[in-house]
Amino acid sequence: MNEKEAIACRAAALLKPGWIVNLGIGTPTLVTQFVDPDAICFQTENGLLGVGPPPGKDRVDPNLVDAGKRPVTERPGASFFDSATSFAMIRGGHVDAVVLGALQVDERGRVANWAVPGEPVLGVGGAMDLMSGAQSVIIVMTHNTKDGSPKVVKQCSLPLTSLRPADWVVTELCTFRVAGEGLVLTALAPGVTEAQVRSRTEAQFAVHLAEGA
Amino acid sequence: MKELLAGVVRADEAIAATVRDGMTLMVGGFGLVGAPLTLIRALNASPWKGLTVISNNLGEPGKGLGETFQLGKVRRAIGSFFTSNPEVGAAYAQGKIEVTLLPQGTFSEAIRAGGAGLGGFYTPTGVGTLLAEGKEVREFDGKAYLLQQPLRADVALVRAHKADEMGNLVYYKTARNFNPIMATAAATVIAEVDEVVGVGQLDPETIGTPHLFVDYLVVAEEKL
Repeated sequence: MNEKEAIACRAAALLKPGWIVNLGIGTPTLVTQFVDPDAICFQTENGLLGVGPPPGKDRVDPNLVDAGKRPVTERPGASFFDSATSFAMIRGGHVDAVVLGALQVDERGRVANWAVPGEPVLGVGGAMDLMSGAQSVIIVMTHNTKDGSPKVVKQCSLPLTSLRPADWVVTELCTFRVAGEGLVLTALAPGVTEAQVRSRTEAQFAVHLAEGA
Repeated sequence: MKELLAGVVRADEAIAATVRDGMTLMVGGFGLVGAPLTLIRALNASPWKGLTVISNNLGEPGKGLGETFQLGKVRRAIGSFFTSNPEVGAAYAQGKIEVTLLPQGTFSEAIRAGGAGLGGFYTPTGVGTLLAEGKEVREFDGKAYLLQQPLRADVALVRAHKADEMGNLVYYKTARNFNPIMATAAATVIAEVDEVVGVGQLDPETIGTPHLFVDYLVVAEEKL
């Protein structure tokens, strides 16, 4: 299991049987590998509830894709719908959880994941609606940027996606739960120490490892 | 009341009859999936320019609306995700195109509201973010919402799977996306379809767009 798969695996463990779940582009899509496909129903904002695994190469339908434009399949019981209906599901609170990537998370759990530094802001997609409407928001990301800078910061330097905080932040080092106004370290990845997390995190956080999630 | 559908026309005829310089167009598709590519090619071959394009994306470089953009026909774009076409970013940085970015759910609901005759709506999405700038904020039951105006167009170019001769439309899988709502929100609607069947041959339970929304039918050069 590589680093991204390990993050996705720990995020998958936060999903509860029976949930409707939307997955963002990138690492979040790996979550499907670590859930019981009969227990979790995946929604994609381009208009499919009941997303199934990628098809074999000879069975790709270019008109059956997820929001990352990757070919997918439909599960028994699946339905197709237009974009306004899809966002009624999302904004209306009918989706139990969304798993999204992020560029930064602040110490209140607020997320920046739509505007890339140094480029004009020309793409937001469904990120703001998903942050606003999903019952639970689970962020999956590497703990630091490629140059080692913290991504769990006191205050986001990048534009926020929503004032609504995430509920969970899962990195290759650890899991934070967002409780009240702050981050709580609830689990460490195998072989990782609390001191290592502290040295690579800018934000303040409480520690409650007994939760173990 | 709308005129009854004249029948099936060629893509170039439909574009010539409906589009003019400076118009606002809605174009269906999530990227190239469910985009009316035959109609877009006819638009690209037409002389019309200075267009405002309401579409989730502007295609990919040189493909679909990406070609329309390369031809310099798009003055303004309204959508949610233009990052899929890096050429749009470059043109925007040089001031060659005006871009209005909306969260995808706000974008789709604004089209729905436009088609449904509403004056706008309040959404919690985007409150407190850069995309809230200049928008009225109002609280309902202690929660903040942003006012979003509706979107409407002069002409909508939509893609469906099948039509009957009255203009009833049936969609196909995730090629549906923005097409049904755009079909409600324009003064004139041109639908590109794989096949036109006789009246009565479509199951009324499966019709995604009732015929009263549709003005022209064009048969697609490539099937879904």
